[in-house]
Amino acid sequence: MNVIEVEGLRKEFKSYSSRSGLKGAFRDLFTRNYKTLRAVDDISLHVKQGEMVGYIGENGAGKSTTIKMLTGILTPTAGNVTVNGMNPHKEREKFVRTIGVVFGQRSQLWWDIAVQESFRLLKKVYKVSDEEYETHMKEVIRTLEIEPLLDKPVRKLSLGQRMRCELAAALIHNPPLLFLDEPTIGLDVLVKMKIRGFLKEINRKYKTTILLTTHDLADIEALCDRVVLLDEGKIIYDGRLDELQKNWVEGKQVHFEFQHPVDKPALEEISREYPVIWRQGERVNQWVATIDGEDDTVSKLMSVVMLHHAISDVKLNKVSTEEIIRNIYEEGIKHG
Amino acid sequence: MGNFSMYVEMIRIRFLMMLAYRTNYYSGILIYSINIGAYYFLWQAIYGTQESIQGMSVSQMTTYVAIAWMARAFYFNNIDREISQEIQDGKVAVEMIRPYHYLGVKTMQGLGEGLFRLLFFSVPGMIIIWLAFPIDFSNQWSVWALFFLSIIFSFIVNTQLNLITGILTFFLMYNTGLIRAKRVVIDLFSGLLLPISFYPLWAQDVMGYLPFQAISYIPSMIFTGGFVGSEIYSAIGIQIFWSVLLIIPIQALWMLAKRQLIVQGG
Repeated sequence: MNVIEVEGLRKEFKSYSSRSGLKGAFRDLFTRNYKTLRAVDDISLHVKQGEMVGYIGENGAGKSTTIKMLTGILTPTAGNVTVNGMNPHKEREKFVRTIGVVFGQRSQLWWDIAVQESFRLLKKVYKVSDEEYETHMKEVIRTLEIEPLLDKPVRKLSLGQRMRCELAAALIHNPPLLFLDEPTIGLDVLVKMKIRGFLKEINRKYKTTILLTTHDLADIEALCDRVVLLDEGKIIYDGRLDELQKNWVEGKQVHFEFQHPVDKPALEEISREYPVIWRQGERVNQWVATIDGEDDTVSKLMSVVMLHHAISDVKLNKVSTEEIIRNIYEEGIKHG
Repeated sequence: MGNFSMYVEMIRIRFLMMLAYRTNYYSGILIYSINIGAYYFLWQAIYGTQESIQGMSVSQMTTYVAIAWMARAFYFNNIDREISQEIQDGKVAVEMIRPYHYLGVKTMQGLGEGLFRLLFFSVPGMIIIWLAFPIDFSNQWSVWALFFLSIIFSFIVNTQLNLITGILTFFLMYNTGLIRAKRVVIDLFSGLLLPISFYPLWAQDVMGYLPFQAISYIPSMIFTGGFVGSEIYSAIGIQIFWSVLLIIPIQALWMLAKRQLIVQGG
């Protein structure tokens, strides 16, 4: 059964642009220039129960807008949305009892009161019985290690502590579907790993369906079998993560760190015969070569480069997911 | 009944939040006492040697001022500012994913705030005032009962006006000015600063068509014995009338607001 069924979903925002100058500002008082912006453009999406789907895209690609439509916060301009067998906007109050939502950038807990008071209120809001709360929440609190934080007001928690409490708060009614909008934003590696482990655990135990947006592709690699890639409001890839890696680039990446400044034409000149793309690395004298070809070609390229320029370091990598995604954003899908 | 226990929990949470900001609470008591004291001396000076003005004696006037401020502690709340704030920083989005009615919850939070002030602020405050100034407390239990019934409607009407002001943020995006203006208008036209019978006749006529008198003038007049007999019932009738009528613009605005809900920073 499909937990999420989306057909031809579209959301348009009307925004106005200001005219320039003082005269323009006066004219804006009376009439305004409206522009229609299509944030989500005809997307269709089906998610089965128990799936963990990574929903990724650049800033402003329409991820959050989609999530807001799926959770019933925004009304779609066009298209059909059925989540947990309901129309999120029409049957809002009944529907929201079946989902959990975490917004990484927005707290859902009451800022000035102790965490456990927020939990107590949410327990009442979702009409969770004492037994259910005991068995389910005790476990959540234990796994997320938030027991010692419960009597502290939210404003005194660190971001990592708060995020773990937010996650627990979203799970009070043990929803079968969980939306996570950038749940690991700004967190350190240890907290991230703890949260990932926890999400895997509840997915395994309760078959919770999870839709997750993030900019940290390590989250996706650790959790999701399936990724949906969004660009300018359109889905440009929907499928398995490993297939994306396989289909997109077969090849290697070589990171060279030169002892002296080198420029791109010089590197291209010496590596003319090889199918290679050069890119400036993160450090000054670092250059990254992406090679499409056999291992043989890779070693030949490396020896040619080292023959011409003195290097201080060299690293050979498989192309990372991050690299793939970046290429897709920059060039669009060509290889399919 | 599940909803009921949720609302009780909301009121409890609001109590906790009020306690979290104790300083606000103490300074509130001080401000209210200063206000009552200042008006007491002002009215003493205005009355001078006169027995009564507009049918009100000086001790009735003192009682009116004291009770009007103490009732204000109950019906007054800041939910207009809170709604406005939550709309501006997009927190309304979070509220929309909760299985409750946002405006109902806000009203309950306002009630929590009001009950807190009534119990921990008006009651002890009234005792202090009673010791300091000559105030007539009615010894008829029916007056007390009608007064409490009346301030429930004061709370409802005032909260409804706050909801309307708050929801308008959806359309104006920034409405601190409107919120301030509304506060001044309510203090002035509700009869908090001056009983409505003291205004010129034409102004009294205009105010008769406005909901503000239902907020402060009516309960204070009931308490001071300014209204008697059938006057009390028709006054409470006016309060009920406004409580029902104001539901219409609230619902209409809320429907419109939901339709054009644009969560900021999406």
